[in-house]
Amino acid sequence: MTESGTAAAPPAPTAKRRRWSAGLIWLVPVVAALIGIGMVIQNWASEGPVIEMSFITAEGLEAGKTQVKYKDVVIGLVESIRLAGDNTHVIARVNLGKDASGFATADARFWVVRPRFGTSGVSGIGTLLSGAYIGADIGESHEVKKIFVGLERPPAVIHGSPGKRFTLVANDIGSLDVGSPVYYRRIQVGRLVSYELDKEGRQMHVDIFVDAPYDRFVNVSSRFWNASGVDLNLDAGGLKLNTQSLATVVAGGLAFATPPGPRDTTPASDGAQFQLFDDMQAAFAPPDGEPDYLQMRFEQSLRGLSVGSQVDFRGIVVGKVVSIRLDYDVDKHSFPLIVGVVIYPQRFGAAGEKIAQLAPRDGNDQNKRLAYLIEPMVARGLRAQARTGNLLTGQLYIALDFIPGAVKVAFDPATRPVELPTTPGSFDRLQEQLTGIVDKLDRIPLEAIGKHLDSTIARLDRTLRQVDEATLPQFNATLAGAQGTLGTAQQAIATDAPLQQNLAQTLAEMQRAARSLRALTDYLGVHPESLLRGKPVDPALREAPENDGKGNKP
Amino acid sequence: MTAAPRATELGLVGCHTCGLTCAIGQTRCPRCASHLHPRKPDSLARSWALLIAALVLYVPSNMLPVMYTSMLGRGEASTILHGVVEFWKAGSWDIALLIFIASVAVPSTKFLVLGMLLVSARRKSPWARPQRARLYRLVELIGYWSMLDVVVVALVCALVQFHLLGTAEPRAGIVFFGLVVVLTMFAAMSFDPRLIWDADDDA
Ligand SMILES: [Zn+2]
Repeated sequence: MTESGTAAAPPAPTAKRRRWSAGLIWLVPVVAALIGIGMVIQNWASEGPVIEMSFITAEGLEAGKTQVKYKDVVIGLVESIRLAGDNTHVIARVNLGKDASGFATADARFWVVRPRFGTSGVSGIGTLLSGAYIGADIGESHEVKKIFVGLERPPAVIHGSPGKRFTLVANDIGSLDVGSPVYYRRIQVGRLVSYELDKEGRQMHVDIFVDAPYDRFVNVSSRFWNASGVDLNLDAGGLKLNTQSLATVVAGGLAFATPPGPRDTTPASDGAQFQLFDDMQAAFAPPDGEPDYLQMRFEQSLRGLSVGSQVDFRGIVVGKVVSIRLDYDVDKHSFPLIVGVVIYPQRFGAAGEKIAQLAPRDGNDQNKRLAYLIEPMVARGLRAQARTGNLLTGQLYIALDFIPGAVKVAFDPATRPVELPTTPGSFDRLQEQLTGIVDKLDRIPLEAIGKHLDSTIARLDRTLRQVDEATLPQFNATLAGAQGTLGTAQQAIATDAPLQQNLAQTLAEMQRAARSLRALTDYLGVHPESLLRGKPVDPALREAPENDGKGNKP
Repeated sequence: MTAAPRATELGLVGCHTCGLTCAIGQTRCPRCASHLHPRKPDSLARSWALLIAALVLYVPSNMLPVMYTSMLGRGEASTILHGVVEFWKAGSWDIALLIFIASVAVPSTKFLVLGMLLVSARRKSPWARPQRARLYRLVELIGYWSMLDVVVVALVCALVQFHLLGTAEPRAGIVFFGLVVVLTMFAAMSFDPRLIWDADDDA
C-alpha cells in the first residue's frame, strides 16, 4: 500500500520486453501455417494417379478399404466401386500412391487376391481374415495407362521373376490348367502360365514359365509331354500305367526331358516354341511329320478295334486308327465298316524316303501322290488286315502287309481319301476254315447212318437170339460128345492101358533088334569076309543073320 | 455500473499470480516477485496469435487420420470425422455424439467464443458484459476437458496391442489435435477478462 513516486523509472524495461514478446508471439501462427502448408504440399506430393480397373465381380472388394498391394506393400487404395454401364462387370477406382505411379503403365496387371482352393494348391489364406486385396504387377512399359482390365485369377508369373517363358503347341489341353506344375526329373521347376486356342481352333498354345536355375535345362532338343493324372493305357500292347508324381495325379502337370543320345544341348531361348506330346513315349519317339490319311473298308465285325489302335507294317507301328464308321452298301445290303487311319511316312524311315522319291512332285495334292505310291503296291498284294494283337483282351490292330495270292481288286486312284483294300484277318480266316469244317460235318447224313445202324443192330439181335435158342443146346451136346471122346483118349493113353503096354513091348523088341544089329556090325567089322563067305557055323548065331540079311543084302 | 470503482482509479494493481493488491507504481509483487501489470501485456495480440495458430492446425487435425486400427489383418486409418460416421453407422450413436461433441463441437465453440470475446474486447463493446465474462469462465473450464480425444487415442493405442488380432497406433492427426487444444488453452489464458469491462473508461 505504499504510494511512491517511482513510477517514472520502471516502465522502460516493461515496454522493451513487451515489444519483443509481442513480435515473438506471431511466430506461433506463422509456424502453424507453415506446418499446415507443409502438410498440404506433402499430401499433394504423395497423391499418385487415379486408375480404373474392371473385374467380373466385386466380391471381397470394399470402397475406401480394399488396398492395392505389390509384394505385400500397400501402393494404393480402392476409392470407389461401381457397376459398368452395361452391368456386365464392375469398375474399381483406385488411388495409387505417388511412388506407385509406375503401376499406371500399359503392361501393369491387377487381380483380386482372395482365398483360392484349387487342385494346384491353396493360396491367399491370409486374406481369409484380412479380406481381399488387389494384387498388382508392374511391367516394363512407360506408356501411361489409366484404365485396366483386371485379371480374374492371379498371374502365374510375376514380372521380373528369373526364368524363361516357353510356348508349347498341343492338340488339346488335357487336364492341365493355369498353375499346373512343370517337372524336370520329377521336381517342379515351373508352371503353366496361360493357354489359348489358336485362331483356327485347331491347336492349343500353352505358355509355361520355367524358373531360373532350371531354365537352362530346356534346350533346343528338349521334348515336352503331358504328365497329367494316371495314364492308364490299354491297347494291343497290353496294360500300361504311368504317373509323373502323386501331385500330377490330382493337379495335372507337364514334364520335359532331353531324349537320350547325342543331342544339341544349346539352351533354348526365351519364348522358344515346342510341341507338347500326349505322353513320354510319344515325346521321345522320332518326329512323325505330317500324317497321310487312308481309308479302309472292312466287311467283318471289328470288335476290339478302337480309335487310337495301332497300324502296323511288318511289326513297326506306322500309324493309328482315327475313325471307325458304319456304312451301308446299297448293292450288297451289307454293313461295311469304314476305318480311317493316319500313316506317318517318317516312321517308315529310309524306306519311306526312298519311296517318297518315286512319287512325282508335281503339286500339293497329297492324296494324288499317295495314290500313285500305293497303286503298284496294291497290285503286288498290299492289303490291310484287322489282326488280333492280344488274345486275352481281344484288342485288334490294323496290319498292312503283302498277302501272297491275294484276290485281285480294282484300285481306284481317284478316290478321295485314298482307300486301301482289305482282306479278312488271320483270325477271321481261321474262323472261316472252322466254319467250312463245321459245314462239311453238317453235310454228313448222320440220320440215315443212324437208321441203318439201328436196323443192323436189330438184325444182329435176332441172330443172337437164334443162336441162343437153337445153336447153343446143340453146341452143348457137341461139347459133351467131345468130352466123352477126350475121356476115351485119356483112357487110351493111361499107364496101364493096353495101348501103352503094347507100345512098351514094341520098344523093348526094337531095343533088342538094335542090340543084335550092333553085334552084327561089330562082327562084320572084324570079319568082313564073312559077307562073302558066310559065317562059320555058330549055332548061337544062326537065326541072327537071317533077320539082318534083309537089310544088308542091297 | 458506476458503483464499483476500478483498481486503476484507486491506484492499485492486482498480482496475476498470488492476487496481492499492490500500489500501481510497483514493477514486482512484494510477495511472490511476479511482474505487476494493470492488465496482461499484449493480451489481445497474444490471444489472437494463438487462436489463429490453433485454427490453422485444426485443419490438418481433422484431415489427417488420428488412429490406425488393424483388426484381423485388415488395417484402416481413420480421421476423427470418419470415426464419428463409423460409430454412427454402426448404431453407437451415443459414442458418435460424444466424440463429435468433444472433437468438433467443443473446439469450434471455443474458436467462436474466443473470437467473439477478442473482437468485442477490442471494440470495448458494452454489450452483455456479465454474459461474456461467464462465457470466458466456461471456455477456461472446458479447456481442461478438450484433451478427451487425445486421452482416448493414447489409452486405446496403449491397450490394444494384440499383434495379428488387432493393433492400434496413433497417427499424426492426433498430434495436431493436441496442439489445437493446447493453443486454444493458451489463447484463453492470454486473454485478460478484465478487458471486457474496460470500455467505460473512454466512454
Ligand atoms: Zn504476487
